[in-house]
Amino acid sequence: MTAAALRWAKALPLSARIGLSLVIFWLIVALVGPMLAPYPVGAFVAPDVFDGMSAQHWLGSDYLGRDVLSRLLSGARYTMGLAAAAALLASATGTALALTAAVGGAKVDEPLSRFMDTLISIPSKILSLVLVAAFGSSLPLLLLIAAVTYVPGNYRIARALAVNLAQMDYVQVARARGEGRLHLALREILPNMIHPLLADFGLRFVFIVLLLSGLSFLGLGVQPPDADLGSLVRENISGLGEGALAILMPALAIATLTVGVNLLIDGLKGKRP
Amino acid sequence: MTAHVEVSGLRVTARNATGETFPIVSDIDFALKRGEVLALIGESGSGKTTIALTLLGHARPGATISGGSIRVGESQILSLNARELAELRGNRIAYIAQSAASAFNPSRTIMDQVIEPALIHNLMPRAQAEKKAVELFRALALPFPDMIGSRYPHQLSGGQLQRLMAAMALVTDPELVILDEPTTALDVTTQIEVLRAFKAVVLERGATAIYVSHDLAVVAQMADQIVVLNQGRIREKGSADQILHRPADDYTKTLMAAARPAIRPTPKQADIPAAPLLEIRGLTAGYGRIGKDGRPRIPVLRDIDLKIERGATLGVIGESGSGKSTMARVIAGLLPPAQGEVLLNGEPLPPGLKGRSRDQFRRIQLVFQNADTALNPAHTVEQILSRPLAFYHGLKGNAARLRVLELLDLIRLPASVIDRRCGGLSGGQKQRINLARALAADPELILCDEVTSALDTVVGAAILDLMAELRKELGVAYMFISHDISTVRAICDDILVLYSGNMVEMGGREGFRDAPFHPYTDLLIGSVPEMRAGWLEESGAVRSLPLIGAPAEDVELCRFLPRCAARIDGVCNVLAPPRHALAKGNSILCHHGEESLTKVQGVAA
Repeated sequence: MTAAALRWAKALPLSARIGLSLVIFWLIVALVGPMLAPYPVGAFVAPDVFDGMSAQHWLGSDYLGRDVLSRLLSGARYTMGLAAAAALLASATGTALALTAAVGGAKVDEPLSRFMDTLISIPSKILSLVLVAAFGSSLPLLLLIAAVTYVPGNYRIARALAVNLAQMDYVQVARARGEGRLHLALREILPNMIHPLLADFGLRFVFIVLLLSGLSFLGLGVQPPDADLGSLVRENISGLGEGALAILMPALAIATLTVGVNLLIDGLKGKRP
Repeated sequence: MTAHVEVSGLRVTARNATGETFPIVSDIDFALKRGEVLALIGESGSGKTTIALTLLGHARPGATISGGSIRVGESQILSLNARELAELRGNRIAYIAQSAASAFNPSRTIMDQVIEPALIHNLMPRAQAEKKAVELFRALALPFPDMIGSRYPHQLSGGQLQRLMAAMALVTDPELVILDEPTTALDVTTQIEVLRAFKAVVLERGATAIYVSHDLAVVAQMADQIVVLNQGRIREKGSADQILHRPADDYTKTLMAAARPAIRPTPKQADIPAAPLLEIRGLTAGYGRIGKDGRPRIPVLRDIDLKIERGATLGVIGESGSGKSTMARVIAGLLPPAQGEVLLNGEPLPPGLKGRSRDQFRRIQLVFQNADTALNPAHTVEQILSRPLAFYHGLKGNAARLRVLELLDLIRLPASVIDRRCGGLSGGQKQRINLARALAADPELILCDEVTSALDTVVGAAILDLMAELRKELGVAYMFISHDISTVRAICDDILVLYSGNMVEMGGREGFRDAPFHPYTDLLIGSVPEMRAGWLEESGAVRSLPLIGAPAEDVELCRFLPRCAARIDGVCNVLAPPRHALAKGNSILCHHGEESLTKVQGVAA
């Protein structure tokens, strides 16, 4: 199992291997990070604000004198967890609906597609602002917002793929064999759209990280004293002028995470699992 | 006289995934004199296009020209730099590709594109180039030579575009023209016109040409010399006459044999049950809304009646767009007909997929032309073959695997392919898997849609042999859809000729041997190239069509009227044609009777 995984990783192009190591790094951070954190997340432990690196505080301190490393380690979990869950939810829903539309014929396809077009026309940031204002910010709500925002985009791409694949001769042969719609969708069509969908999943994941970071930056995301990577950038914005580590580090974390996912997904394209 | 083009010791190599270099073609030597036509013949993968491209100093990405020399006139092609090559291409050496439809830019007029080579190389002013292009249009027998230049590619047919490609190549008076399978994608009736036009301009201009093709009969019409290639090496070369009539090499002999389909005898039927296996009555089908008269807006098939007996083979032939594939789709239930019914074993089948029982599905299986798209690339051979076993027969696990192995044995594939995906198999192997999937259902009727068209002749002949054998062993019936009348005549008991969705002729295969035929059948049979030089000339110059008055409206006139060489003014353009039987048993849809058809066609046949 591990040997096979290693061989698989070795066959990837260099860029994908870089991406893979970044993603694995952040996954580990998200899983075990809070346990490694040297200080409690909300504790004021440093003598000074916006400190540089030191033996006690490896990544310095933030605008209130909290330990940046500890906050980063716990913030990564929020961002990774939320974004992965939301991207998975969005992709699964979008793809399931797209397959339904592709095998269901015009009667299913038309209303579904027009409904998705309507959803696309609502600006996602405004929608999230309204929802957060109405219901208050909570993790389930953030998850739902991110998922709903990205379902239509995934649906569009998945439907375009599925409708084309549904015209392929092998699907026609399966239809003429008398196969049911479920078999057509899951066994004949879905396996052939996995690769573009994986690429799309990577993009969605990155967009959701950015959307959540954006919401947090506006103060609508994860609420203090907890913080995801976006809120870390936001709360330390006053340190930008002096180049404080407290703002550079979370920004760097967002960048490496999104770039890593993109590199990995790009490298996967065209390779059969 | 020394050779005008000389290729010696040519070698092209490529690098595979593991970084080893291997030759694609090697030890290629040939020479041709000014004004000669040399044909490169071979199956796909034999390296014929690779060699043709090296004459332009080009190797496809991944391949490199690693040795040998090529001389065209005074130039050593392989020692030229990029700028000198650009100067040469499209100017002194021109290339005509297989698919003209995708070689033209859809957003520019024909004239702009045809004279482009002359303008790029600053050979002549625009006005002179246009004048020359019009001359070429006339020489290539294109309709409206003065006007056709202002049209756009989508307004012209495939055959016309192919001839326009030739005009584009010839506008610079090149020293060498390379034609890469220029008629392969065309219908036979169009192919003959294009060939005739090519031959006329090649002769008239004394052009030196290299003609790449897999079709010996086509090459026989054009070439002075033939080079037979197999797996990147020359198997045999010589004059056209020698290769065609006294081939020395075994491989050439195989090719020649495969090009003439062997007649497969009809297996004797023990007892024929009362109801035929499949019967179609008064079928009309098409696309779009169904109108008040019960016909769809875009009718594809009209008034089809046919029967297929148990274990028999019905051939359906016609050119592209004649509705042959639609017929298979209707029978399989993928397209519900607008009118008429399909009966299986005497019982009417539900029109669409809905309502058909699993057993009805099992009895009729569909095999598509292109095995690349007919087999799911995500599935292994075992998954593909075991699905119908599980679906129709409930076979699972070991029993299913054993049956899959049996099927592989039946189609003569090694058991080792069972875990492979289809991407790694050859075209012929894929087509066998495609056939095996249909057989896995234990069907009574297999609808074969152009199953050999995408294959090389030798591979296609092997598939036909396999089908004939399976028919003998399993007693399965086929509906064999094809555009190639010689294949259909070789393997089918009954033949149906479709033209524009109408059954124009139907009968036993003996009835398709000698005249009289329906005029369209006659045109089809007369358009199949024969493997001897001079056939093109003998098969008559472009037939002049009899003049007729304006066709009457509101009458179901003969669809073949605009192209028919035997049309009668005052009859064909006024009255709908009747269906009547000829003495030999064929029924035809035509105004002509037995005697008048024999009079017209007796000479040609």
